[in-house]
Amino acid sequence: MADEATFDKFRSCAVEVLQVPAEKVVPEASFSGDLDADSLDLVEFVMALEEAFEITVDESELQGVETVGQAYELVTSKL
Amino acid sequence: MATAAGHAHRRRRVAVTGVGVVSCCGTGKDAFFAGLCAPAPEGIRRVKDFDATAFFDPKEARQTDRFAQFSVAAAAMAIEDAGGLSADPLRSGVIFGTGVGGLETLQEQLGVLITKGARRVSPRLVPMMMANAGAAAISMRWGLRGPCETVVTACAAGTQSIGNAFRLIAEGRCDLVVTGSAEAAINDVGEQPSIGVAAFTNMTAMSTSGVSRPFDVRRDGFVIAEGGAALILEDYERAEARGAHIYGEVLGAASTADAYHITAPAPGGAGAIACMELALEDAGLTPGQIAHINGHGTSTPLNDLAEAEAINKVFGNPGPPVTSIKGVTGHSLAAAGALEAVAVILSLQRQVIPPTDGLEQLDPEIHLDVVTGAPRPFAPGPVLSNSFGFGGHNGCLVIGPASP
Repeated sequence: MADEATFDKFRSCAVEVLQVPAEKVVPEASFSGDLDADSLDLVEFVMALEEAFEITVDESELQGVETVGQAYELVTSKL
Repeated sequence: MATAAGHAHRRRRVAVTGVGVVSCCGTGKDAFFAGLCAPAPEGIRRVKDFDATAFFDPKEARQTDRFAQFSVAAAAMAIEDAGGLSADPLRSGVIFGTGVGGLETLQEQLGVLITKGARRVSPRLVPMMMANAGAAAISMRWGLRGPCETVVTACAAGTQSIGNAFRLIAEGRCDLVVTGSAEAAINDVGEQPSIGVAAFTNMTAMSTSGVSRPFDVRRDGFVIAEGGAALILEDYERAEARGAHIYGEVLGAASTADAYHITAPAPGGAGAIACMELALEDAGLTPGQIAHINGHGTSTPLNDLAEAEAINKVFGNPGPPVTSIKGVTGHSLAAAGALEAVAVILSLQRQVIPPTDGLEQLDPEIHLDVVTGAPRPFAPGPVLSNSFGFGGHNGCLVIGPASP
């Protein structure tokens, strides 16, 4: 169910936790480079996603996840 | 002034070149001092108008506990007041105290733990609640790479932080230190009442009348408060050379322990007496040279009596004029010592001692010349500032007017 409403929900988690403007949350945006997110920010972001989507993300699944698009793909794969 | 008398080795003089304040009676030095000379706020002394967004971007504000926000805000004001920071970063330090650190964050995350489980506890909990978070935030924001440490000695932490900062400059390790203390342990968290207020209430240390009346016969405990204050200390010669405005000079400091009881002061104020005497010796001054004492004066029955006895023992009866700003500010725990050091600095600058609000009838057991009613003019001279903390920690500072 990778529709617009799903991405909106994903994006609002990013806006809330990372305190970035919604328009910067685009698939090609890198967390460290474009969204100024450090490793603790990412942990918080994943927690927010787990809660919002009622999913569980294992720490090992986050390896190699560097962009918004990759994170979104990981979330939608669990829905 | 006899700044170096009595010392086996030469040490450097230490100037105060900037102050910053976040308090329940005013944020910023002018509002603070005006607040000290006005009637006290009522009830628990929260800083109601604090605007974190004036000092932090939204993400930083979200990731910084209120006590560390106070620390950074006070430091920002002090640094601006000092005309900026220009010392070598490796010779610039931060010594910043707190009593409990990020208690609000801890309380909030305990709520998360209980309601949502361990997997939802914030990864920011540790860096937000740790007692050194305020000092660390100051060093990071201004790139200060010398010693960065936190003193955690309950209500003596502010005074002892400033004492330690003074030492770092006097002994030659640092040219500049941002020092002070902050506390924010009393706010409700969402629907939950503050665990800090609950804990202090159950200790019976807090006033049941809700009125702070230091040294008054009807005093019944302290009124809890929050806040923060910062001072910029600099090598005196360096401050003069750069043309800085010098508020005053830290002349001496001392730290002792009662080694008696975890919360009650030693009978007769033995630990406090030793601390005051050592601070005078450190400053190379005799009791008769002290122009004014900014007391700890918490409004608890035990503290105020023990402190009065200790002052009489060192200074005679009644001794120099004493005030307790806690009549207005309440007791901001570890922040108190720094707020009071700033009050001393501003008293020296304005040549006036703020009165002890709430004091209407001096306890007949207390033989002090307490400033009451209205601000009292005084000729600036060395001022002693006292702080005593749970754990039996005693801290004293001697601060004098600027003298080239």
